[in-house]
Amino acid sequence: MSNFAALAYLVAGICFILALRGLSHPESSRTGNRLGMAGMALAVVTVLLVTAPGFWSWVMIIIGVGIGGTVGATIARRIPMTAMPQLVAAFHSLVGLAAVLVAAAALYSPQAFGIGTPGTIHAGSLIEMSLGVAIGAITFTGSVVAFTKLQGLVSGAPVVFANQHWINLAILVGIILLIFIFAASESHVAFWLLTLAALAIGVLVIIPIGGADMPVVISMLNSYSGFAAAGIGFTLGNTALIITGALVGSSGAILSYIMCRGMNRSFFNVILGGFGGEVAGPAGAAAEQRPVKQGSAEDAAFIMKNAGSVIIVPGYGMAVAQAQHALREMVDKLKRAGVKVSYAIHPVAGRMPGHMNVLLAEAQVPYDEVFELEDINSEFAQTDVAFVIGANDVTNPIAKTDPTSPIYGMPVLDVERAGTVLFVKRSLASGYAGVDNELFYRDNTMMLFADAKKMVEEIVKAL
Amino acid sequence: MSEEAARSAADNAREAAELARQAAEAAEGYAADAVAAAAEAGAQSLGLGGAVDPFVFRVAIFVLALFVGYYVVWNVTPALHTPLMSVTNAISSVIVVGALLAVGVEAGEQDGVWFSRLLGFVALTLVSVNIFGGFLVTQRMLGMYRRKE
Repeated sequence: MSNFAALAYLVAGICFILALRGLSHPESSRTGNRLGMAGMALAVVTVLLVTAPGFWSWVMIIIGVGIGGTVGATIARRIPMTAMPQLVAAFHSLVGLAAVLVAAAALYSPQAFGIGTPGTIHAGSLIEMSLGVAIGAITFTGSVVAFTKLQGLVSGAPVVFANQHWINLAILVGIILLIFIFAASESHVAFWLLTLAALAIGVLVIIPIGGADMPVVISMLNSYSGFAAAGIGFTLGNTALIITGALVGSSGAILSYIMCRGMNRSFFNVILGGFGGEVAGPAGAAAEQRPVKQGSAEDAAFIMKNAGSVIIVPGYGMAVAQAQHALREMVDKLKRAGVKVSYAIHPVAGRMPGHMNVLLAEAQVPYDEVFELEDINSEFAQTDVAFVIGANDVTNPIAKTDPTSPIYGMPVLDVERAGTVLFVKRSLASGYAGVDNELFYRDNTMMLFADAKKMVEEIVKAL
Repeated sequence: MSEEAARSAADNAREAAELARQAAEAAEGYAADAVAAAAEAGAQSLGLGGAVDPFVFRVAIFVLALFVGYYVVWNVTPALHTPLMSVTNAISSVIVVGALLAVGVEAGEQDGVWFSRLLGFVALTLVSVNIFGGFLVTQRMLGMYRRKE
């Protein structure tokens, strides 16, 4: 029986690998997701066969899955795509908390998990358990903080205070000591102290990170939730959990890396936090009155209708203004007028990796019209019009020219090479990096001052 | 345009195939290494009269899965990074296995069993939110990705 179970868990793990493999292309992705569901079902059926729960256990299982499943399915159906970052953060927190609870359950009835009896759990299992609980607790509170910031329940501004890093370091050392004490003594007090310390550090590491860095934070917490699961997997000796934990851990780490590269920031720079809080010095001085060319919706409509090709550069501001559906309408009209239109997406265009792609997909923009930065950047030079909507810092040419700028070296979209740049923006205010955008003052730039949605709707009318 | 798209798609496919081949080779190499290491460890402990600690095998699985994850995730198209995140979140709810073990334990013999079952029940409820929510929201998102007509 246990051999059968081990093999079944392995198969479940392979299903999960194939689920991620399917995401290499939109066409295969749906099949992949179904394989993931199948793997999950297999793991659940296997554990039910192994434990053969009694009557009251079945009652608890049915109630628990019933409540959780209903809530989950309802959320999945209703959640707006703009809220995906919050949702993912909330889901991460659940995995983290579940890891803590499962580790505690294993401590109180180890015989259920086959790791000994209370008081005589192997030191190895105790260490695995404590790693699982520590990472799980960090994931839980860290994700809760990330959620409240993303949801706008608290300000996105970084919270910094004196000796912050030293306090974090002290708690971290405390956690390591507690792990050793716990492994040596199986003391329940040490276990709960460890949990409390990890819960605290989860809050403390996330609060200094500014709202604009949340894409990195979500990816990082994704990675943590994986490693928490892997820690529990080691305790239980469960292959499906170990494989999944490793997959999710490396996936989150890679996404964090991609996000950091998209902002040209080092991972440690993001983690240490404080970015995006203070306004950079030179920005205030440079924001003096310089002449900009200003246009109306009719001008924009005229320019784009007569262009051969247009590249749309959407940013998160577009999603905030809910302009994506109007934007697609505008593009449809342009295409009917014979204009070639494509979309250019910067890696950090949304609030989580790939967020902008989902928002455009929701507005029924076909995915083969949407291109990543490195695939489309060379095409701006041969394009008549670049239409920037809701983006700012990711188009700033200063990132290529001024080594003193805080965004120097960040990969940017070369929109200034297009024949005409149409820039939809409410004002000349700088982006989150606090840097004035040089593009506003270029000869080939026309500013369209308005709310993104309103402006696009007016352009649609004028077309 | 369509010719260009086709060409670039073909290029992408070639690249993907090449990556996959490299991944397979690398994985094979690592698997061989891991097996060799495990065999060596086994031989040593046999010499001392013991068997390989299952922990070693778990570490081997973990490390191999890290490599598999590394190659598979780099192959995910950036357009699908949000679904990637929601699906990894959904599959990490396989921690439900631990919750079910805790709920299913027979009561009676020891103190703490009911406490443990209660913890398991709460974990099970939370993780069910995740399983259903995670997979369904991923499916909903993936359903939005459409090709040009």
